Amino acid sequence: MGFDQYHEPPEELPPATRTFARLCASLTEEAEAIGWYEQRIAVETDTEAIAVMRDAQGEEFKHFSMDLEFLLRRSPAWREIAEGVLFQPGDIVERGEEAEAETFEGTGAEGEGGLPAGSLGIGSLKGALR
Amino acid sequence: MNHLLRSLAPISDSTWKELDDEARERLAPALAARKLIDFSGPHGWEYSATNLGRAVALKSAPCEGVTGAQRRVLPLVEVRANFELAQSELRDIDRGADDADLEPLDKAAHQIAVAENKAVFHGWKGVMEGIADASPHKGITLGNKPDAYRRPVAAAVERLLQSGISGPYGLALGGEEYQRVVEGAEHGGYPLLEHLRKIIDGPIVWAPGVGGAIVVSLRGGDFAFESGQDLSIGYEGHDSQTVRLYVEESFSFHVATPEAAVPLA
Repeated sequence: MGFDQYHEPPEELPPATRTFARLCASLTEEAEAIGWYEQRIAVETDTEAIAVMRDAQGEEFKHFSMDLEFLLRRSPAWREIAEGVLFQPGDIVERGEEAEAETFEGTGAEGEGGLPAGSLGIGSLKGALR
Repeated sequence: MNHLLRSLAPISDSTWKELDDEARERLAPALAARKLIDFSGPHGWEYSATNLGRAVALKSAPCEGVTGAQRRVLPLVEVRANFELAQSELRDIDRGADDADLEPLDKAAHQIAVAENKAVFHGWKGVMEGIADASPHKGITLGNKPDAYRRPVAAAVERLLQSGISGPYGLALGGEEYQRVVEGAEHGGYPLLEHLRKIIDGPIVWAPGVGGAIVVSLRGGDFAFESGQDLSIGYEGHDSQTVRLYVEESFSFHVATPEAAVPLA
């Protein structure tokens, strides 16, 4: 088994970053699976097989959404941008640009580490050792 | 620029990073509530109230033939700890000093962590109910002899099990109690900390501001901490000698399952 989700030496990474990386890897895998099922369903002719794969793809939708929600809870800036893009009407690119600008506008040094302006980014500590 | 006004402070980017790192180091060990209860957010400084899912019927109505009800919400509280740093110390950080006097920041960080712990575990009079206040499980005494802690902690776990509250459980120990446990060794030298950890099957956390100890279920859904603005450092003002800053957060807290915790006095 490899440790491909780490871009830096794992022993140098804090536990919270390792967890974040694992969930990012999981998110990627779920997205891949969704895409694979989409292709398989597109070429399958057996209706029963299609029904099974649709059900399986539904599981991947759920897994992807759970991974995403976890990551958004741990990354305030990502969450803020996502709130400006997800489930919003109108032009997606426009919404994205606006959300990014609103999140980082005027932050200067305050935007270090991708955190919203001034936040220490502590959040939940459930699972911390002590 | 947001309400923290950080870009108005006479503080360089690298020194802001130093201050933020120092605050994080001081806060994380002391924020006991966040290690044991559900945390949601941060939802931002503009976020003002938590939905409780309840409404109160109104006695009056705008006209005949209709009734009215008003939603109940839990307003967020703002907590702030002010502190001052010497301009000379900030300049020394810019020069690369690694021993700058940041004690006022350390103290403010500790104070706000204590405030958060106290509000969550013991409540805030007239503002919010704490875990210990809400618990129906009263009367278990912890005492002041650490060797005798095992029995009341086990009794607390049994009380939770009898109430149908599943584990794992966490144990929040006040400052004095935590020190006693860490230093304590039972007969035969088996560390008390390890023994207690086996009883609760979960973490033991240092909880400055907590009086005594509290055993809580970690299963989730019992205690809700909602963060508006998470802990942040903001700028108040400055003169030629000092810079006035503050650590601040906004949050609400409510107990959904009072039976899911046992305070040990």
